[in-house]
Amino acid sequence: MGKVGIIGVGQSAFVRGYPGSIRELAFDGFKESMQDAQISTKDIDASIICSAPEYDKQRSPAGVFAEYLGLVPQPTCYLESLCSSSSMGLRFAYSLIKSGLHDVVAVIGFQKMSEISSAESQERMGRGADIQWESPFGTMMPAYYAMYARAHMEQYGTSAEDLALIRVKAASYGQINEKAVYRKPVTFEMFSDPESPISGPVASPLRVGDCCANADGSSCVIVASEEKARAFCKKPVWILGLGAASTTVNLAGRDLFTGLTAARQAGEEAYKMAGITAKDIDVAEVHDCFTIAELMAYENLGFAKPGGGTELIKARETYKEGSIPVNVDGGLLSKGHPIGATGGSQIRTIVLQLRGEAGDMQVKDPEIGLVHNIGGVGLYGNVSILGR
Amino acid sequence: MGKKKKEIDDRFKKFGTVSFTSVTKVNDFIDYLEQGKVMGTRCKECGAVFFPPRADCYNCFFSDMEWFEVSGKGKLMTYSTLEFAPMGFGDDVPYAIALLDYGDYKVFGRISNDVPQDQIHIGMEMTTIVNKLPKGRLNYMFQKA
Ligand SMILES: [Zn+2]
Repeated sequence: MGKVGIIGVGQSAFVRGYPGSIRELAFDGFKESMQDAQISTKDIDASIICSAPEYDKQRSPAGVFAEYLGLVPQPTCYLESLCSSSSMGLRFAYSLIKSGLHDVVAVIGFQKMSEISSAESQERMGRGADIQWESPFGTMMPAYYAMYARAHMEQYGTSAEDLALIRVKAASYGQINEKAVYRKPVTFEMFSDPESPISGPVASPLRVGDCCANADGSSCVIVASEEKARAFCKKPVWILGLGAASTTVNLAGRDLFTGLTAARQAGEEAYKMAGITAKDIDVAEVHDCFTIAELMAYENLGFAKPGGGTELIKARETYKEGSIPVNVDGGLLSKGHPIGATGGSQIRTIVLQLRGEAGDMQVKDPEIGLVHNIGGVGLYGNVSILGR
Repeated sequence: MGKKKKEIDDRFKKFGTVSFTSVTKVNDFIDYLEQGKVMGTRCKECGAVFFPPRADCYNCFFSDMEWFEVSGKGKLMTYSTLEFAPMGFGDDVPYAIALLDYGDYKVFGRISNDVPQDQIHIGMEMTTIVNKLPKGRLNYMFQKA
Protein backbone atom coordinates (compact mmCIF):
# COMPACT_ATOMS: atom_id res chain seq x y z
CA MET A 1 0.00 0.00 0.00
CA GLY A 2 1.33 3.42 -0.92
CA LYS A 3 1.51 6.59 1.11
CA VAL A 4 -1.15 9.29 1.32
CA GLY A 5 -0.15 12.87 0.66
CA ILE A 6 -1.44 16.42 0.83
CA ILE A 7 -1.19 18.18 -2.54
CA GLY A 8 -3.03 21.43 -1.90
CA VAL A 9 -3.97 23.66 1.01
CA GLY A 10 -6.02 26.82 1.29
CA GLN A 11 -7.94 28.99 3.68
CA SER A 12 -10.02 32.12 3.60
CA ALA A 13 -9.02 35.13 5.65
CA PHE A 14 -10.42 34.64 9.16
CA VAL A 15 -12.73 37.60 9.79
CA ARG A 16 -15.54 38.95 11.93
CA GLY A 17 -18.81 39.06 10.03
CA TYR A 18 -17.94 37.54 6.63
CA PRO A 19 -19.84 39.56 4.00
CA GLY A 20 -21.28 36.59 2.14
CA SER A 21 -23.12 33.29 2.46
CA ILE A 22 -21.57 30.03 3.68
CA ARG A 23 -21.16 28.64 0.16
CA GLU A 24 -19.25 31.78 -0.82
CA LEU A 25 -17.14 31.52 2.32
CA ALA A 26 -16.30 27.90 1.49
CA PHE A 27 -15.34 28.95 -2.04
CA ASP A 28 -12.54 31.19 -0.72
CA GLY A 29 -10.64 28.37 1.01
CA PHE A 30 -11.42 25.85 -1.73
CA LYS A 31 -10.20 28.16 -4.51
CA GLU A 32 -6.87 28.72 -2.77
CA SER A 33 -6.30 24.99 -2.28
CA MET A 34 -7.19 24.23 -5.93
CA GLN A 35 -4.84 26.93 -7.20
CA ASP A 36 -2.20 25.55 -4.85
CA ALA A 37 -2.69 21.99 -6.14
CA GLN A 38 -3.10 23.17 -9.74
CA ILE A 39 -5.81 20.64 -10.45
CA SER A 40 -9.40 20.92 -11.69
CA THR A 41 -12.62 19.91 -9.97
CA LYS A 42 -12.78 16.83 -12.23
CA ASP A 43 -9.63 15.53 -10.53
CA ILE A 44 -11.42 15.37 -7.17
CA ASP A 45 -13.17 12.06 -6.51
CA ALA A 46 -15.06 12.98 -3.33
CA SER A 47 -15.52 15.77 -0.81
CA ILE A 48 -15.95 15.80 2.97
CA ILE A 49 -17.60 18.92 4.41
CA CYS A 50 -16.71 19.68 8.03
CA SER A 51 -18.26 22.09 10.53
CA ALA A 52 -20.11 22.28 13.83
CA PRO A 53 -23.76 22.10 12.74
CA GLU A 54 -25.31 24.23 15.49
CA TYR A 55 -24.07 27.40 13.76
CA ASP A 56 -25.56 26.49 10.40
CA LYS A 57 -28.95 27.56 9.18
CA GLN A 58 -28.52 25.47 6.03
CA ARG A 59 -29.54 21.90 6.59
CA SER A 60 -26.98 19.45 5.14
CA PRO A 61 -24.43 21.94 3.74
CA ALA A 62 -22.53 19.20 1.86
CA GLY A 63 -24.90 19.18 -1.12
CA VAL A 64 -24.99 22.96 -1.36
CA PHE A 65 -21.19 23.19 -1.30
CA ALA A 66 -20.68 20.37 -3.81
CA GLU A 67 -22.96 22.24 -6.21
CA TYR A 68 -21.34 25.67 -5.65
CA LEU A 69 -17.77 24.33 -5.81
CA GLY A 70 -18.38 22.21 -8.92
CA LEU A 71 -17.94 18.88 -7.15
CA VAL A 72 -21.16 17.31 -8.49
CA PRO A 73 -21.78 14.40 -9.26
CA GLN A 74 -18.97 13.08 -7.03
CA PRO A 75 -19.99 11.76 -3.60
CA THR A 76 -20.02 14.23 -0.72
CA CYS A 77 -20.97 14.08 2.95
CA TYR A 78 -20.92 16.08 6.13
CA LEU A 79 -18.70 15.19 9.09
CA GLU A 80 -18.42 16.77 12.52
CA SER A 81 -16.47 16.44 15.73
CA LEU A 82 -16.95 20.02 16.97
CA CYS A 83 -13.72 22.06 16.76
CA SER A 84 -11.69 19.12 15.42
CA SER A 85 -14.06 18.41 12.51
CA SER A 86 -11.60 19.04 9.71
CA SER A 87 -8.80 16.99 11.35
CA MET A 88 -11.34 14.20 11.59
CA GLY A 89 -12.04 14.92 7.91
CA LEU A 90 -8.35 14.34 7.14
CA ARG A 91 -8.53 11.01 8.99
CA PHE A 92 -11.53 9.90 6.92
CA ALA A 93 -9.99 11.13 3.66
CA TYR A 94 -6.88 9.09 4.51
CA SER A 95 -8.94 5.94 5.00
CA LEU A 96 -10.99 6.50 1.83
CA ILE A 97 -7.76 6.74 -0.15
CA LYS A 98 -5.93 3.97 1.68
CA SER A 99 -8.89 1.64 1.05
CA GLY A 100 -8.65 2.31 -2.67
CA LEU A 101 -12.20 3.71 -2.90
CA HIS A 102 -10.94 7.12 -4.00
CA ASP A 103 -7.68 8.69 -5.20
CA VAL A 104 -8.23 12.38 -4.46
CA VAL A 105 -10.43 13.76 -1.67
CA ALA A 106 -11.12 17.40 -0.70
CA VAL A 107 -11.57 18.09 3.03
CA ILE A 108 -13.48 21.36 3.30
CA GLY A 109 -13.93 22.99 6.69
CA PHE A 110 -15.97 26.09 7.39
CA GLN A 111 -17.83 28.05 10.03
CA LYS A 112 -19.83 31.21 9.79
CA MET A 113 -20.26 31.95 13.46
CA SER A 114 -21.83 35.31 12.65
CA GLU A 115 -24.91 33.50 11.24
CA ILE A 116 -26.22 33.84 14.81
CA SER A 117 -25.87 36.51 17.53
CA SER A 118 -23.01 36.51 20.01
CA ALA A 119 -25.33 35.62 22.92
CA GLU A 120 -26.84 32.75 20.93
CA SER A 121 -23.34 31.70 20.03
CA GLN A 122 -22.36 31.55 23.72
CA GLU A 123 -25.43 29.49 24.49
CA ARG A 124 -24.55 27.06 21.70
CA MET A 125 -20.95 26.82 22.82
CA GLY A 126 -22.25 25.63 26.21
CA ARG A 127 -24.38 23.06 24.43
CA GLY A 128 -21.23 21.41 23.09
CA ALA A 129 -21.11 19.89 26.58
CA ASP A 130 -23.70 17.68 28.34
CA ILE A 131 -27.03 19.49 27.80
CA GLN A 132 -28.98 17.22 30.13
CA TRP A 133 -26.78 17.38 33.22
CA GLU A 134 -24.34 20.29 32.86
CA SER A 135 -25.83 23.06 30.70
CA PRO A 136 -28.76 23.70 33.15
CA PHE A 137 -26.12 25.03 35.59
CA GLY A 138 -25.07 27.73 33.11
CA THR A 139 -21.86 26.37 31.65
CA MET A 140 -19.73 27.72 28.82
CA MET A 141 -16.48 26.79 27.12
CA PRO A 142 -14.19 29.29 28.92
CA ALA A 143 -15.46 28.08 32.31
CA TYR A 144 -14.75 24.44 31.54
CA TYR A 145 -11.21 25.20 30.42
CA ALA A 146 -10.88 27.49 33.45
CA MET A 147 -11.54 24.43 35.62
CA TYR A 148 -8.54 22.76 33.96
CA ALA A 149 -6.46 25.92 34.47
CA ARG A 150 -7.43 26.00 38.16
CA ALA A 151 -6.41 22.35 38.64
CA HIS A 152 -3.11 22.89 36.77
CA MET A 153 -2.32 25.90 38.96
CA GLU A 154 -3.09 23.93 42.11
CA GLN A 155 -1.01 20.91 41.09
CA TYR A 156 2.02 22.61 39.50
CA GLY A 157 2.04 26.20 40.76
CA THR A 158 1.24 27.54 37.29
CA SER A 159 0.27 31.22 37.40
CA ALA A 160 -2.03 33.48 35.40
CA GLU A 161 1.16 35.30 34.31
CA ASP A 162 2.54 32.06 32.82
CA LEU A 163 -0.65 31.73 30.77
CA ALA A 164 -0.39 35.36 29.64
CA LEU A 165 3.02 34.58 28.07
CA ILE A 166 1.28 32.18 25.69
CA ARG A 167 -1.10 34.89 24.49
CA VAL A 168 1.76 37.34 24.04
CA LYS A 169 3.51 34.80 21.80
CA ALA A 170 0.33 34.12 19.79
CA ALA A 171 -0.27 37.83 19.22
CA SER A 172 3.30 38.39 18.05
CA TYR A 173 2.61 35.99 15.16
CA GLY A 174 -1.02 37.03 14.61
CA GLN A 175 0.38 40.46 13.76
CA ILE A 176 2.38 39.08 10.82
CA ASN A 177 -0.30 36.63 9.56
CA GLU A 178 -2.41 38.40 6.96
CA LYS A 179 -5.14 35.74 7.36
CA ALA A 180 -5.51 36.37 11.11
CA VAL A 181 -8.63 38.01 12.58
CA TYR A 182 -6.73 39.55 15.52
CA ARG A 183 -3.77 41.52 14.17
CA LYS A 184 -3.16 43.71 17.23
CA PRO A 185 -0.22 43.25 19.61
CA VAL A 186 -0.84 41.94 23.12
CA THR A 187 1.74 42.84 25.77
CA PHE A 188 2.34 41.14 29.09
CA GLU A 189 1.51 44.44 30.84
CA MET A 190 -2.00 44.54 29.31
CA PHE A 191 -2.97 41.56 31.49
CA SER A 192 -2.43 43.64 34.64
CA ASP A 193 -3.84 46.90 33.23
CA PRO A 194 -7.44 47.29 34.43
CA GLU A 195 -8.04 49.71 31.53
CA SER A 196 -7.18 47.06 28.96
CA PRO A 197 -9.97 44.78 27.71
CA ILE A 198 -7.36 41.97 27.73
CA SER A 199 -7.38 41.92 31.57
CA GLY A 200 -11.18 41.66 31.88
CA PRO A 201 -12.51 38.66 33.82
CA VAL A 202 -14.36 35.89 31.95
CA ALA A 203 -14.28 32.73 34.09
CA SER A 204 -11.64 32.68 36.80
CA PRO A 205 -8.71 32.22 36.44
CA LEU A 206 -9.10 32.91 32.69
CA ARG A 207 -9.32 36.47 31.39
CA VAL A 208 -10.34 37.93 28.03
CA GLY A 209 -6.76 37.67 26.79
CA ASP A 210 -6.70 33.94 27.56
CA CYS A 211 -9.57 33.24 25.15
CA CYS A 212 -9.41 32.70 21.39
CA ALA A 213 -11.02 35.01 18.87
CA ASN A 214 -14.29 33.88 17.26
CA ALA A 215 -14.19 34.20 13.50
CA ASP A 216 -15.80 33.25 10.22
CA GLY A 217 -13.59 31.24 7.95
CA SER A 218 -13.05 28.29 5.65
CA SER A 219 -10.21 25.92 4.86
CA CYS A 220 -9.51 23.16 2.38
CA VAL A 221 -6.99 20.32 2.28
CA ILE A 222 -6.61 18.23 -0.91
CA VAL A 223 -5.54 14.69 -0.05
CA ALA A 224 -4.26 12.19 -2.64
CA SER A 225 -2.89 8.69 -3.11
CA GLU A 226 0.90 8.43 -3.52
CA GLU A 227 0.58 7.84 -7.25
CA LYS A 228 -1.68 10.86 -7.81
CA ALA A 229 0.31 13.01 -5.40
CA ARG A 230 3.54 12.36 -7.32
CA ALA A 231 1.78 12.97 -10.63
CA PHE A 232 0.11 16.24 -9.59
CA CYS A 233 2.51 17.79 -7.12
CA LYS A 234 6.22 18.74 -6.96
CA LYS A 235 6.29 18.97 -3.16
CA PRO A 236 3.72 16.61 -1.66
CA VAL A 237 3.58 16.50 2.12
CA TRP A 238 2.99 12.98 3.42
CA ILE A 239 0.69 11.88 6.22
CA LEU A 240 3.05 9.96 8.51
CA GLY A 241 0.85 9.36 11.52
CA LEU A 242 -2.75 9.85 12.64
CA GLY A 243 -4.21 9.47 16.12
CA ALA A 244 -7.70 10.03 17.48
CA ALA A 245 -9.45 9.48 20.80
CA SER A 246 -12.40 10.61 22.91
CA THR A 247 -13.35 10.95 26.56
CA THR A 248 -16.59 11.39 28.51
CA VAL A 249 -18.64 14.52 27.79
CA ASN A 250 -19.66 15.03 31.42
CA LEU A 251 -16.74 16.11 33.58
CA ALA A 252 -18.10 13.72 36.22
CA GLY A 253 -16.72 10.86 34.10
CA ARG A 254 -13.14 12.19 34.13
CA ASP A 255 -10.26 11.72 36.57
CA LEU A 256 -7.62 14.10 35.23
CA PHE A 257 -7.93 17.91 35.13
CA THR A 258 -4.30 18.91 34.55
CA GLY A 259 -4.30 17.61 30.97
CA LEU A 260 -6.49 16.19 28.20
CA THR A 261 -6.47 12.40 28.05
CA ALA A 262 -7.87 12.30 24.50
CA ALA A 263 -5.01 14.52 23.30
CA ARG A 264 -2.38 12.39 25.02
CA GLN A 265 -3.85 9.19 23.63
CA ALA A 266 -4.18 10.59 20.09
CA GLY A 267 -0.59 11.84 20.28
CA GLU A 268 0.77 8.47 21.39
CA GLU A 269 -1.07 6.74 18.54
CA ALA A 270 0.16 9.22 15.95
CA TYR A 271 3.80 8.97 17.14
CA LYS A 272 3.58 5.18 17.05
CA MET A 273 2.14 5.10 13.54
CA ALA A 274 4.82 7.53 12.32
CA GLY A 275 7.54 5.62 14.17
CA ILE A 276 8.87 8.77 15.84
CA THR A 277 8.84 10.53 19.22
CA ALA A 278 8.11 14.08 20.37
CA LYS A 279 11.81 14.96 19.93
CA ASP A 280 11.49 14.48 16.17
CA ILE A 281 8.86 17.21 15.76
CA ASP A 282 10.30 20.38 14.18
CA VAL A 283 7.17 22.57 14.17
CA ALA A 284 3.70 22.16 15.71
CA GLU A 285 0.21 23.62 15.55
CA VAL A 286 -1.74 23.00 18.74
CA HIS A 287 -5.34 23.73 19.66
CA ASP A 288 -4.97 26.89 21.77
CA CYS A 289 -8.66 27.73 22.14
CA PHE A 290 -7.51 29.04 25.53
CA THR A 291 -3.98 29.70 26.78
CA ILE A 292 -4.25 26.81 29.25
CA ALA A 293 -5.06 24.50 26.32
CA GLU A 294 -1.71 25.28 24.68
CA LEU A 295 0.12 24.72 27.95
CA MET A 296 -1.55 21.33 28.41
CA ALA A 297 -0.78 20.46 24.78
CA TYR A 298 2.98 20.91 25.42
CA GLU A 299 2.69 18.32 28.17
CA ASN A 300 0.19 15.95 26.52
CA LEU A 301 2.31 15.77 23.34
CA GLY A 302 5.55 15.17 25.23
CA PHE A 303 7.24 18.49 24.39
CA ALA A 304 7.48 18.90 28.19
CA LYS A 305 6.87 16.61 31.12
CA PRO A 306 3.64 17.08 33.12
CA GLY A 307 3.94 20.45 34.87
CA GLY A 308 6.91 21.42 32.69
CA GLY A 309 4.96 23.41 30.12
CA THR A 310 5.52 26.71 31.90
CA GLU A 311 9.31 26.33 31.66
CA LEU A 312 8.97 25.85 27.91
CA ILE A 313 7.12 29.13 27.34
CA LYS A 314 9.20 31.05 29.90
CA ALA A 315 12.37 30.01 28.03
CA ARG A 316 10.70 31.00 24.71
CA GLU A 317 11.34 27.49 23.37
CA THR A 318 7.97 27.52 21.55
CA TYR A 319 8.82 30.72 19.64
CA LYS A 320 9.94 30.46 16.00
CA GLU A 321 13.63 30.34 16.97
CA GLY A 322 13.12 27.90 19.87
CA SER A 323 13.62 24.16 20.08
CA ILE A 324 9.94 23.35 19.35
CA PRO A 325 8.10 26.22 17.61
CA VAL A 326 4.34 26.13 18.34
CA ASN A 327 1.56 28.13 16.68
CA VAL A 328 3.83 30.51 14.83
CA ASP A 329 0.81 31.55 12.73
CA GLY A 330 -0.95 33.19 15.70
CA GLY A 331 -2.88 30.09 16.74
CA LEU A 332 -6.57 30.08 17.54
CA LEU A 333 -5.88 32.87 20.05
CA SER A 334 -4.96 35.45 17.39
CA LYS A 335 -5.46 33.85 13.97
CA GLY A 336 -9.01 33.02 15.10
CA HIS A 337 -11.15 29.94 15.59
CA PRO A 338 -13.87 29.30 12.99
CA ILE A 339 -14.68 25.89 14.49
CA GLY A 340 -15.01 23.62 11.44
CA ALA A 341 -12.27 25.42 9.50
CA THR A 342 -9.68 25.38 12.27
CA GLY A 343 -8.12 21.93 11.73
CA GLY A 344 -7.72 22.55 8.01
CA SER A 345 -6.06 25.89 8.72
CA GLN A 346 -3.64 24.22 11.17
CA ILE A 347 -2.82 21.57 8.54
CA ARG A 348 -2.27 24.33 5.97
CA THR A 349 0.20 26.08 8.25
CA ILE A 350 2.23 22.89 8.76
CA VAL A 351 2.17 22.03 5.04
CA LEU A 352 3.45 25.52 4.15
CA GLN A 353 6.13 25.20 6.85
CA LEU A 354 7.32 21.84 5.52
CA ARG A 355 7.43 23.21 1.97
CA GLY A 356 9.41 26.24 3.16
CA GLU A 357 6.65 28.59 1.99
CA ALA A 358 5.54 30.15 5.29
CA GLY A 359 7.08 33.58 4.61
CA ASP A 360 7.76 35.69 7.70
CA MET A 361 6.49 32.84 9.89
CA GLN A 362 8.90 30.27 8.40
CA VAL A 363 10.71 28.03 10.89
CA LYS A 364 14.23 26.98 9.87
CA ASP A 365 14.12 23.91 7.62
CA PRO A 366 11.50 21.70 9.33
CA GLU A 367 11.14 18.09 8.17
CA ILE A 368 8.36 16.82 10.42
CA GLY A 369 5.36 18.78 11.70
CA LEU A 370 2.46 18.01 14.02
CA VAL A 371 -1.18 19.15 14.21
CA HIS A 372 -3.07 18.83 17.52
CA ASN A 373 -6.77 19.62 17.13
CA ILE A 374 -9.32 19.23 19.93
CA GLY A 375 -13.12 19.15 19.80
CA GLY A 376 -15.21 20.37 22.73
CA VAL A 377 -13.74 20.41 26.22
CA GLY A 378 -11.03 17.87 25.46
CA LEU A 379 -13.83 15.63 24.24
CA TYR A 380 -12.38 14.66 20.85
CA GLY A 381 -8.63 14.57 20.27
CA ASN A 382 -6.98 14.41 16.85
CA VAL A 383 -3.23 14.44 16.24
CA SER A 384 -1.78 14.33 12.72
CA ILE A 385 1.93 14.05 11.89
CA LEU A 386 3.08 15.28 8.50
CA GLY A 387 6.45 15.04 6.79
CA ARG A 388 8.26 16.02 3.60
CA MET B 1 -61.99 15.20 18.16
CA GLY B 2 -62.52 12.47 20.66
CA LYS B 3 -58.94 11.30 20.49
CA LYS B 4 -57.32 11.59 23.87
CA LYS B 5 -53.93 13.27 23.69
CA LYS B 6 -51.18 11.03 25.04
CA GLU B 7 -49.69 12.60 28.14
CA ILE B 8 -46.01 13.38 27.97
CA ASP B 9 -43.90 12.97 31.11
CA ASP B 10 -41.77 16.11 30.79
CA ARG B 11 -40.82 16.58 34.44
CA PHE B 12 -37.16 17.09 33.57
CA LYS B 13 -37.91 20.51 32.05
CA LYS B 14 -37.85 21.82 35.64
CA PHE B 15 -34.15 21.04 36.08
CA GLY B 16 -31.79 24.00 36.46
CA THR B 17 -32.08 27.67 35.52
CA VAL B 18 -32.64 26.69 31.88
CA SER B 19 -33.26 23.07 30.87
CA PHE B 20 -32.58 21.79 27.37
CA THR B 21 -34.14 18.37 28.04
CA SER B 22 -37.69 17.56 29.12
CA VAL B 23 -38.21 13.86 28.51
CA THR B 24 -35.86 11.25 29.98
CA LYS B 25 -36.24 7.83 31.56
CA VAL B 26 -34.74 9.17 34.78
CA ASN B 27 -37.48 11.79 35.33
CA ASP B 28 -37.91 10.49 38.91
CA PHE B 29 -34.71 12.45 39.63
CA ILE B 30 -36.94 15.55 39.70
CA ASP B 31 -39.42 14.02 42.19
CA TYR B 32 -36.51 13.15 44.47
CA LEU B 33 -35.21 16.74 44.21
CA GLU B 34 -38.67 17.91 45.28
CA GLN B 35 -38.32 15.64 48.33
CA GLY B 36 -34.94 17.23 49.10
CA LYS B 37 -32.83 14.33 47.83
CA VAL B 38 -30.11 14.24 45.16
CA MET B 39 -30.07 10.73 43.73
CA GLY B 40 -27.94 8.60 41.44
CA THR B 41 -28.63 5.13 40.04
CA ARG B 42 -27.08 1.72 40.70
CA CYS B 43 -27.34 -1.23 38.29
CA LYS B 44 -29.21 -4.06 40.01
CA GLU B 45 -27.44 -6.62 37.84
CA CYS B 46 -23.74 -5.67 38.16
CA GLY B 47 -23.76 -3.06 40.94
CA ALA B 48 -22.23 -0.26 38.83
CA VAL B 49 -22.90 3.17 40.35
CA PHE B 50 -23.83 6.16 38.16
CA PHE B 51 -23.97 9.88 38.70
CA PRO B 52 -25.51 11.59 36.88
CA PRO B 53 -28.18 8.88 37.04
CA ARG B 54 -28.78 6.77 33.96
CA ALA B 55 -31.46 4.35 32.86
CA ASP B 56 -29.19 1.86 31.10
CA CYS B 57 -26.00 0.02 32.10
CA TYR B 58 -23.22 -0.23 29.51
CA ASN B 59 -21.42 -2.90 31.54
CA CYS B 60 -24.08 -5.60 31.40
CA PHE B 61 -26.73 -4.06 29.09
CA PHE B 62 -29.42 -4.35 31.73
CA SER B 63 -31.80 -1.46 32.30
CA ASP B 64 -32.91 -2.34 35.79
CA MET B 65 -31.70 0.41 38.12
CA GLU B 66 -32.24 1.33 41.74
CA TRP B 67 -31.85 4.83 43.15
CA PHE B 68 -29.28 5.76 45.81
CA GLU B 69 -28.86 9.08 47.61
CA VAL B 70 -25.80 11.27 47.09
CA SER B 71 -24.82 11.73 50.74
CA GLY B 72 -21.80 12.47 52.87
CA LYS B 73 -18.86 14.63 51.88
CA GLY B 74 -17.18 15.02 48.54
CA LYS B 75 -13.83 16.66 47.80
CA LEU B 76 -13.66 19.71 45.54
CA MET B 77 -11.63 18.65 42.48
CA THR B 78 -11.74 21.95 40.59
CA TYR B 79 -13.98 24.98 39.95
CA SER B 80 -14.35 28.26 38.08
CA THR B 81 -16.29 31.43 38.81
CA LEU B 82 -18.12 32.85 35.80
CA GLU B 83 -18.23 36.61 35.26
CA PHE B 84 -20.06 36.17 31.96
CA ALA B 85 -22.93 33.81 31.41
CA PRO B 86 -24.60 32.10 28.50
CA MET B 87 -28.06 33.24 27.38
CA GLY B 88 -30.67 32.82 30.12
CA PHE B 89 -28.20 32.81 33.04
CA GLY B 90 -27.27 36.52 33.11
CA ASP B 91 -29.12 37.21 36.38
CA ASP B 92 -27.09 34.55 38.21
CA VAL B 93 -23.63 36.07 37.60
CA PRO B 94 -21.21 35.68 39.32
CA TYR B 95 -21.52 31.97 40.09
CA ALA B 96 -19.09 29.07 40.39
CA ILE B 97 -19.34 25.69 38.66
CA ALA B 98 -17.44 22.82 40.22
CA LEU B 99 -16.81 19.10 40.44
CA LEU B 100 -16.98 17.06 43.66
CA ASP B 101 -15.30 13.67 44.04
CA TYR B 102 -17.24 11.17 46.15
CA GLY B 103 -14.88 8.26 45.48
CA ASP B 104 -17.30 5.93 43.68
CA TYR B 105 -18.66 8.74 41.55
CA LYS B 106 -18.32 12.47 40.91
CA VAL B 107 -20.92 15.25 40.87
CA PHE B 108 -20.85 18.29 38.57
CA GLY B 109 -22.81 21.32 39.77
CA ARG B 110 -22.73 24.80 41.26
CA ILE B 111 -21.16 26.05 44.47
CA SER B 112 -23.68 27.82 46.73
CA ASN B 113 -23.38 31.62 46.69
CA ASP B 114 -23.24 31.41 50.50
CA VAL B 115 -19.66 30.18 50.26
CA PRO B 116 -17.39 33.26 50.07
CA GLN B 117 -15.09 33.23 47.02
CA ASP B 118 -11.94 33.46 49.15
CA GLN B 119 -12.92 30.37 51.09
CA ILE B 120 -13.20 28.11 48.05
CA HIS B 121 -10.14 25.92 47.57
CA ILE B 122 -9.36 22.66 45.78
CA GLY B 123 -9.46 19.69 48.16
CA MET B 124 -12.04 21.23 50.53
CA GLU B 125 -14.85 18.98 51.73
CA MET B 126 -18.34 19.86 50.54
CA THR B 127 -21.84 18.42 50.57
CA THR B 128 -24.47 18.38 47.84
CA ILE B 129 -27.88 19.81 48.70
CA VAL B 130 -31.09 20.51 46.78
CA ASN B 131 -31.61 24.11 45.73
CA LYS B 132 -35.10 25.47 45.02
CA LEU B 133 -35.15 28.08 42.26
CA PRO B 134 -37.94 30.56 41.39
CA LYS B 135 -41.03 29.30 39.50
CA GLY B 136 -40.83 25.76 40.89
CA ARG B 137 -37.53 25.00 39.22
CA LEU B 138 -34.89 22.89 40.97
CA ASN B 139 -31.22 22.07 40.91
CA TYR B 140 -28.58 21.18 43.48
CA MET B 141 -25.53 22.96 44.86
CA PHE B 142 -22.43 22.43 46.95
CA GLN B 143 -21.97 23.78 50.48
CA LYS B 144 -19.07 23.75 52.92
CA ALA B 145 -19.15 20.47 54.86
ZN1 LIG C 1 -24.84 -3.35 35.00
